[in-house]
Amino acid sequence: MHPLALHDVIKRYPGAHTNAVNGIDLMVENGEIFGLLGPNGAGKTTTIGIATTRVRPTSGTVLVNGIDARAHPSGVKRHIGVVTQFNTLDRACNVVENLYFHGRFFGMSRRSAHTRADALLERFGLSERAGTMVAQLSGGLARRAQLACALMHHPEVLFLDEPTTGLDPQSRIALWDAVREIRAAEGMAVVLTTHYIEEADALCDRVAIMHAGSILVCDTPDQIKRSSSDGVLVTLRLRHVVPSFLDQLRALDGVGAVDADQNTVRVHIVAADGIVARVVALAGPELRDLRVAEPSLETAFIALTGRALAA
Amino acid sequence: MSSASTTSTPQISGGHLYLRAFWGLMLRDARVLAREFIPFLLRTVMNPLLFTFVFTYVFPKIGSGITPGGNTGVSFATVIAPGLVAVAIFFQGIAAVALPLAIELGGTREIEDRVMAPLPVGLVACEKVVWSGLQSIIAAAAVLPLVILVSAEPVSIHVASWPMLIVIVLLAALVAGYLGLVIGTVVRPKQIGLIFSLVVVPVTFLGCTYYPWQQLASIRWLQIVTLVNPLVYVSEGLRTALTPQIPHMQSAVVIGALLFLLAAFAWLGTWLFMRRVID
Repeated sequence: MHPLALHDVIKRYPGAHTNAVNGIDLMVENGEIFGLLGPNGAGKTTTIGIATTRVRPTSGTVLVNGIDARAHPSGVKRHIGVVTQFNTLDRACNVVENLYFHGRFFGMSRRSAHTRADALLERFGLSERAGTMVAQLSGGLARRAQLACALMHHPEVLFLDEPTTGLDPQSRIALWDAVREIRAAEGMAVVLTTHYIEEADALCDRVAIMHAGSILVCDTPDQIKRSSSDGVLVTLRLRHVVPSFLDQLRALDGVGAVDADQNTVRVHIVAADGIVARVVALAGPELRDLRVAEPSLETAFIALTGRALAA
Repeated sequence: MSSASTTSTPQISGGHLYLRAFWGLMLRDARVLAREFIPFLLRTVMNPLLFTFVFTYVFPKIGSGITPGGNTGVSFATVIAPGLVAVAIFFQGIAAVALPLAIELGGTREIEDRVMAPLPVGLVACEKVVWSGLQSIIAAAAVLPLVILVSAEPVSIHVASWPMLIVIVLLAALVAGYLGLVIGTVVRPKQIGLIFSLVVVPVTFLGCTYYPWQQLASIRWLQIVTLVNPLVYVSEGLRTALTPQIPHMQSAVVIGALLFLLAAFAWLGTWLFMRRVID
């Protein structure tokens, strides 16, 4: 049985003109870390919302651990742990109480909730903060406390919505380590959304790239990179960017997507033979800096969507 | 449904599990109230304490006591005692749901963790109402002896009908809680103070708390308009149970109106709550 299986899932919010999620199919395997990668508005959070019973799909099948999420939302909730992108910890309680009462919501006894809470605080290095009110926690600590809370009831699927957004680089890497560690220790499947390419690359066993409500590709990060290995990403930094320059670039043979952000231009080159030199020549004295990137999830993403994944 | 799961949480049938989750939510609320029990009590008793002190202690002492109309021969303190208890129940019930809920829904999104508890979302709302109901009953129990103790005038209260008292207190607590649910789901955190001034204060003053409904006969339009005020039925119901010597509405009317209001607010509040937490 798959921890999460979506079939032809569509979500259109009332009054919207397009589908937020546009007929996606998805199978998450036991014990894997699965990433939904895409820009804001791609439909990642809506997809997680549907899987966690918070968003009602317009149509399609949603099975969590084999349970139909539309028919039995309470049954689904029993099997999942959810960390949202906001700090949803209970401000009226301290850290250990957050964990303890979460366990009680899930029918744990007083004793097993205490034991589990203490063990999780220990694992996440939060034991010294057990009595701290959650409003006083830093962003990184609060996220770890949320993660600990979501694990209280031994979920079989753990959902993390943008788990490291707003965290400093150090806290981000600490959270990646924490996710790997708990997956190894508890063996649950992890489904996360992210708009950080390096997060998907470093953390996920498989990645689905989402764009405009659809899944464009779903595979291991290495396989996705290999399949788009004919592409190279050239990033130019210029003094000024004029629109005609972008048009000239696009007109070149072998140039795929061109994407500008202030003074930075990203050029996706499909057939690399001698074309970099022509791009440099076009830029002329305006060029201040140049970077050529090997195939990566980022080049794959640009090749697939025609645009960069601006964080 | 019972998967080959690795979970150590025992598999329990749905209804039983809902109950355990509901109980868990109650335990959480109890912990939070225990931490703030003294402020809660002070908040609850301050208003009725001052009101009773000024109108039933200071005024009679300085010779400007209020004599309630009619020839019932009862003291003003006797008239307002059930009313003050009604206000305590009602105000506490609304505030205990609406204030935290507005913040949890709109400001901090703290509600998420409780919405993800393994029970139907409507029961998450129901738990808030039941818990506020318990606080209402504590408030009522605190206010009634206070009125009797502080008043310089004799307060002639005796429980004429225990069943009536219990039914009215329970219904009032639930009606207030579900009204709090409606307010908490509709109003933004910033406007909650305004809503209390615009809704809760008029409801309190025009809720037949300081005068029996039948004496409003001399202001006929007001007597009719106040019938939309839920607090009127609570005050009148408590008069039936505690001070039957004062003219009061018929029990059947009071209970019928409260049951109707309970059904209406429960349906509306639950619907609004679901709309806020499920897309």
